[in-house]
Amino acid sequence: MEFLHAIGQYDFLQKALFTSVVVGIICGVIGSFIILRGMSLMGDAISHAVLPGVALSYAFGINFFLGAVATGVLTAIGIGYVSQNSRIKNDTAIGILFTSAFALGIIMITMLKSSTDLYHILFGNVLAVRPSDMWVTVGIGVIVIVTVYAFFKELLLTSFDPTIAAAYGLRNNLIHYLLMTLLTMVTVASLQTVGIVLVVAMLITPAATAYLLTDRLSVMIFLAASFGVISAIIGLYFSFTYNLASGATIVMVATGLFLLAFLFSKKHGVVWKSIRVRQKRAELSK
Amino acid sequence: MNSAVSVRELHVSYFGVEVVQGVSFAVEQGSMVGIIGPNGAGKSTMIKAMLGLIGKDKGDVLFYGKEVSEVRKKIAYVPQRSQIDWTFPITVMDTVLIGTYPSVGLFKFPKKKEKLWAMECLRKVGLEDFAKRQIGELSGGQQQRVFLARALAQKPELLLLDEPFVGIDVASEETIIHILKELQLQDKTIVVVHHDLSKANAYFDQLLLLNKELIKFGAVDEVLNREVMSKAYAHQLQFLEKAEVTA
Repeated sequence: MEFLHAIGQYDFLQKALFTSVVVGIICGVIGSFIILRGMSLMGDAISHAVLPGVALSYAFGINFFLGAVATGVLTAIGIGYVSQNSRIKNDTAIGILFTSAFALGIIMITMLKSSTDLYHILFGNVLAVRPSDMWVTVGIGVIVIVTVYAFFKELLLTSFDPTIAAAYGLRNNLIHYLLMTLLTMVTVASLQTVGIVLVVAMLITPAATAYLLTDRLSVMIFLAASFGVISAIIGLYFSFTYNLASGATIVMVATGLFLLAFLFSKKHGVVWKSIRVRQKRAELSK
Repeated sequence: MNSAVSVRELHVSYFGVEVVQGVSFAVEQGSMVGIIGPNGAGKSTMIKAMLGLIGKDKGDVLFYGKEVSEVRKKIAYVPQRSQIDWTFPITVMDTVLIGTYPSVGLFKFPKKKEKLWAMECLRKVGLEDFAKRQIGELSGGQQQRVFLARALAQKPELLLLDEPFVGIDVASEETIIHILKELQLQDKTIVVVHHDLSKANAYFDQLLLLNKELIKFGAVDEVLNREVMSKAYAHQLQFLEKAEVTA
């Protein structure tokens, strides 16, 4: 109740809530494709790789969005290049490139700014969202949703059956880098809400929860976005009420939802599955 | 120019190792051709190179006198069944609907007309009752029928199938062959990569025997004889005996 009251009263809280909800939606949408394409680790990598870009943006006084997208996409290309042109496997290439980008970012940030800023970038500080940040997030949200809607068929086909996609004349690589660009944008939008370290959780946990509940991609995307929103709202409530880092509380709520689906999903939940097995066995032993 | 497919001097290699060596042939419209040959003969590779899915080193491939990029809509490809994520959240119906994507076009979605047509294709392969199932819940034979339905949904002039009968049940194999023969009666062209020599004479009009290079392309009985077959299967005599018994 006090939370609702505070929302009505404080402008900063309204902005925080609005921004978190947008982040929840776009993380769910992009996250659905990330987990279906087996790229969860890539999500983690890109989110860390934006750090040097953020530092560079500080140094040159430009919007941190530009620098972040640049280093994020560069890292994605670098990972692709290393794994395709050597015997290094994809997950190893990801591990090497994202940690080096992240390390570089840490050095740059500490040289340029105080460690408080680093802390906020790493763990998020949604209650300090400025109007300009909020509008960047909304802009990214619109771009992500419009792009996914426009290319839904192509995204579905290249994720499900890349061979047939190629036979239809679709460029799998192009779709991959389109998705990487969107992923980087989503990561940047999520920086202030959940922070670099936990972005990957917002990308994959709501999407994984949705994956356990449906057999249709469109439904999965809607569910993932909804879980993202629910996590954002409830997480923000705990963050505000108990003065905890917003990223951590939002992620814990998302994890709670995942656990519920993991246990009680009608088709894939472990509880129903074991009940069905027992029923069957009881039936046969009559 | 009424060849459905014409291939001239096709060379394909993997990292410098030549897998397809100077293959030339032409498939007439309305024929049903089986591509046979031992393991590693380059059968699948040749199909993929013809479709532009992998690069070729040399040679020309024309479909109805045109480059593949100009006629993709008319060509349906059914790849080997293995490289798919069977847990993907997609229903049987939506899988078949993918076949309508090339004609629906960019930024548009399949509408009622496409959905009715996809259902019709699903009915042809006898799986209309499975429309709402998730694709991984079906048996291997049923899955292969779904992919044939997807190919049908594309309304193709030419079908290329890569080992469609591997690991599937007899009933599914019969359904698939029945549909392919029906398509042939409608003057469609069908090319199948196949390795079960025992049924080759029952299924196809013509055979293309491949072992990196083209050994022989012609009517079934011209290809399925000891002299010709031994050139491709020199090291697999047992196979050869079996083929002769049935041929």
